This record gives sequence, C-alpha cells and structure tokens, in this order.
Amino acid sequence: MWRKKEISTVEIRSFGPGANLCFNILVALFAISCLLPLIFIIVISFSSEHALVTNGYQFWPSQWSTAGYEYLSHMSGKLLNALGVTLLVTVLGTAINATFTATYAYSISRSSFRYRRFFTLFCLITMLFTPGMVANYIVMTNLLQLKDTLWALILPMAVSPFNIIVMRTFFKRQVNESIIEAARIDGASEMRIFCQIVLPLAVPGIATISLFAALGYWNDWFNALLYIQNTRLVPLQYLLMQIQSNIQMLSQNATQGAQYATGLSNIPKEATQMAMVVISVAPIALSYPFFQKYFVRGLTIGGVKE
Amino acid sequence: MPNPEPEMPTVQPETPEEKAARKKENRQNFWYSVRDNTPLLLFVIPGAIWMIFFFYIPVFANVVAFKDFQFDPNGFVASLARSPWVGFKNFEFLFSSNAAWVITRNTVLYNLGFISLNLIISVFFAVVMSQLRNRRLTKVYQTSMLLPYFLSWVIISYFVYAFLSPNQGLLNSMITGNGGKAISWYNAPQFWPFILLFVGTWKGIGYNSILYFASAMSIDPTLFEAAEIDGANKWQQIKNVTLPALVPLMTLMTILAIGNIFRADFGLFYQVPQNSGSLYNVTSVLDTYIYNGLTATGDIGMSSAAALYQSLVGFILLMTSNFIVRRVDPESALF
Repeated sequence: MWRKKEISTVEIRSFGPGANLCFNILVALFAISCLLPLIFIIVISFSSEHALVTNGYQFWPSQWSTAGYEYLSHMSGKLLNALGVTLLVTVLGTAINATFTATYAYSISRSSFRYRRFFTLFCLITMLFTPGMVANYIVMTNLLQLKDTLWALILPMAVSPFNIIVMRTFFKRQVNESIIEAARIDGASEMRIFCQIVLPLAVPGIATISLFAALGYWNDWFNALLYIQNTRLVPLQYLLMQIQSNIQMLSQNATQGAQYATGLSNIPKEATQMAMVVISVAPIALSYPFFQKYFVRGLTIGGVKE
Repeated sequence: MPNPEPEMPTVQPETPEEKAARKKENRQNFWYSVRDNTPLLLFVIPGAIWMIFFFYIPVFANVVAFKDFQFDPNGFVASLARSPWVGFKNFEFLFSSNAAWVITRNTVLYNLGFISLNLIISVFFAVVMSQLRNRRLTKVYQTSMLLPYFLSWVIISYFVYAFLSPNQGLLNSMITGNGGKAISWYNAPQFWPFILLFVGTWKGIGYNSILYFASAMSIDPTLFEAAEIDGANKWQQIKNVTLPALVPLMTLMTILAIGNIFRADFGLFYQVPQNSGSLYNVTSVLDTYIYNGLTATGDIGMSSAAALYQSLVGFILLMTSNFIVRRVDPESALF
C-alpha cells in the first residue's frame, strides 16, 4: 500500500531531527556566550577579596562573600548621586526626545501642512553629514555654555533625525488623514487632534522610540566624558569608567567607607567595582526581555521611504 | 466632434502697480499661510531649533579646521572671528604625520572586517534559527543574543577586563595554570585586531540576526512547499529559497555599512582597550584620534582637520552608496 506522507508547516520550515539537534547546540553555545560574561561578573562580585587576589577571577571562587555589596552600601552617597543623575537624565531626556521627535514627525507627515517639504528636507540634510566631535564641542561649550550642566547630558541626544523620518512613515501609515479631517470638521483643535486621536493610534511607535531613547540615555557615558567635570553630575556609566581607570577612586570617594575599613587594603576593591557593574546592568538585563518585542518591532516599524 | 482651436492666451505685460499689488498679496498670503499652519509649525519648532544648534551651527563651526583656534572670553562668535586663518596648514600637519595613514587604515580595515563578519554570521544564525523546530527555544536564544547589544561599552569593557586582566584575568590564570607565561594583554598589540573584531561582532550579532530572521520568516511558506514537493532537500531549499529572499536586505545593509565605513564605534576602540597608549598603533581610529587630539593634547586645529576629513569622506561615501542603492533597489534607498 502507498501512503501519503503527511507534511505539516513545522515539517516544511524546519530541519530534520538530527540537523535540528546539531544546530540547536551551535546556536545555544553562542547564546550562552552572550550571557556568560554577565554571569562571570556576577560571580566575581560575590567572591571574597582574598579569593580574587590569590586565584584571580574564577567561575567558582574558593570563597563567597557579599563584602563588595556591603562596601557599596557604605559609599552609597557617591553611588546614589550617580544613580540619581542617570535616572533624572534618562527620564527627562526620554520625555523630551519622545515629545520632540513625535511632534516634528507628526507635522511633516500631515499633507495639509504647507511647509512639510521644507522641514522634511531640513531634517534629512542633518543625516547626510556629521558636524564632527570638535565642532559640536565648541558649540556646546563656547556658544551654549552648557559645560558641567545636566543639559550637556540631555540635549545632545534630545532629537534623533533618523527616528523622525521613521516616525513620519509610521504616522502616515497608521493615522488616516480622513480621521483627522473628520475631527477638524467637528471642531477639534490641532492640539486636541494630536493628543486625543493621533497619539493613541501611534502608541507602538512612540513606545519604540522612547525605549531606544531611554536605553541611549541610560548607557551614555560619552557626553559625560566630554562635558562633565563636576563630581555631583557624574552619571553611573561615567562613574564606572572612572573607577576602571583609577580603582583608588573607590576609597578616595567613600567618606564613611574609610572609617569602616581600617586600612585601604581591606577594601574589597575588585568585588566592589564588579558589584557596581551588576547594579548598573540589572535594570536593563531584567527589563529588556519584556520590552524586546517593541525593540524588534522598531527594526521593522517603517521603511524610511513613504 | 470638432476639436475647437485652443485659444492662445494673451500675455499682457505687468504694470508696476499690478506687480506691487501681487507682491503685497504674496506677502499677505505668506502670513495667512503661517497663521493657518501655526499649530503644526509650533510642533516643528523645538526639533528645528535643536537641529540648528546641534547640526547647522556646528557644520559652519567646521571652519575652525582652517583656523588656529583660540577660545575667546567674549564668546563663540568672537572665538571664531578672532582666531587667525591658517589655510590648509592643519591639514598639512595631519597628512604629513604618520597618524593620518594609520587611523585611516585602521578605521577602514576594521569596518571592512565588521561588515563581512556581521553579514556571514548573522545571516547564518538567522537562517538556522528560522529552521529550528522549537519556536519557544528560538525565542530564548534570540533574547540572550540581544543582551550584549543593550549594554554600554563601559560594561562590555569590564567583561573583557574580567578575561584579559593581567593579574586576575581568566585567560592568564588558564595560561599560567598550564605552565605558560602570563601575557600582559593591554600591552600586546598583536592580539588586539582579533579581540576588537571579536568583541565588536559579538555585540551586534543578536540585533543583526534578528533583522535577517524577521525577513526570513516573512518568506511565503508555499515556496518551501513547492520546493519540498519538487524534491529539494533542506540545503537546496535554503540555497534556492531562503538566501535569495534575503539578498535585498543583505545588499542594503552592506551598502549602508560601506557608506559608514569612515565612522568607527568610539566606545569599542576607546573603552575596550582602555585607551592604552601602547596599543594605539592597532586601536587608534579616526574617532579616538579626534577625541585624544581634542582633550589630551588640546590640538583643536589638527583634530578639527581630522574631523572635517572624516565628515567629507563620509559624506561622499554615503552619497555614492545611496546612489548605488537607488540603482539596485529604489525602495530601500535612504533618500
């Protein structure tokens, strides 16, 4: 007897069982390699200083300890300040970025806006050429006089021309011009149309650009490197960077910590700096799996062209 | 039906009064149109002001490349105006030094390495993941592969340090554990091209492979059915169905990357080698050179010349690559 071979979609799109196993192992190995360094850092942050000094960094230290985190709580003033700066910059910056990007993109997406061509071009030109680090630095410090202010951390990333163009396409696709027209005939003002009709329709797009902006602000150290000297304005990433280049900073900046540790040698330096790394990674590592779909959607959110 | 002769429009010369009236009307129309568009104009203004201060003015501030720049206490305009012109002297200094050649070579070669590694590895992972049987497991893989993409270079440099630290690093303890001699990684330039290529590619693979994965998953499944019925095995299906469907995206990504070949990732080349001076020969790229010139040596003239050189060549490359994209696939062109 001749039987039909049953074919399901899974069968069609997939490897045979043998190849499937091999490739699963291969991809899994790479996926693990992406998580491994973070796990390594977490292990180091929980190792005792004695084990680190004698055996170096190990995946399974001879002695576990929470001294790194305990010491961090003693130098909390510095750390909390940096955390506060980072949080403030992230929240404020994301709000500004999302607002400016969305309003600009919305305006140039409206066909009834008379100057849309001009402002689209005005935005597109900025993507063709980079003014360069030096020119930006001179304008920031000399013209705007923003050196050593919080604005130096916020403004350079306050608008993203590329996101504007992406969002323009998104608005065109998601928001039907006839809905806006209907609202206008009913007497709604532009402000009201934008807030009550357009924004609810554009939530996925705005969520995506906000997440990218928030990630950018949280991870930013470059603007701090260029513009920040005041220790009260140092964000978390820049603090980590300073500690990396000068580990003594840990002891210099911990006022109460100095009393806690009888001598400099007692400070669990290695574990402490890794504990700080863990703290600065934690918010991202814990939250991105839930936001991932927005990021992935952002990749395909809108072709640049209409 | 007889076709009526089209009447020739009679053009009468405009009298001065008419011209003035038309101009006035135009001016009025302009203000009317501004008034009519006020709400949308207000929406545009914050972004436009930002672009003026963070793009248009800095672009013109690039003239400092032709000046011996001095900060003037009277502000920005005074600084620009009072710095004496030096013509192309900054460029002469830049290109007569060995540095210009080294940083250009490093920037271009590293970027070429990233482009090819990224392309091959992320397409490979995307194709493989699109064929795995367990969808949930694929999701888990993708999530873990994205992690490095979301972390800053400062964090990544700590990761690298955990492995390469001369005293405590994992690699050195493995080497000495096997009776070898510890290597001072941050002073050994011969390893860094590989380290940088590895770290740079590793960080971006998750993102890129998801991009290709999304494209591979959107292939019409009937194509695979047809191939299956025609007796194509898996490899033939991948070669003749999946890969050709990915080619447009591959072309686009590559051409866009070539347009950016003159821009290096500052974080990778500055943070990961920890700005170690003995590695400059292999880690120095345009961006780090400009930064070091601006801050450490304070040579604004030379670094602004390097910055302008980078911007101009970058602009030419971008225009060329966009021109090529428009020829190949007009839909994916940037403009």
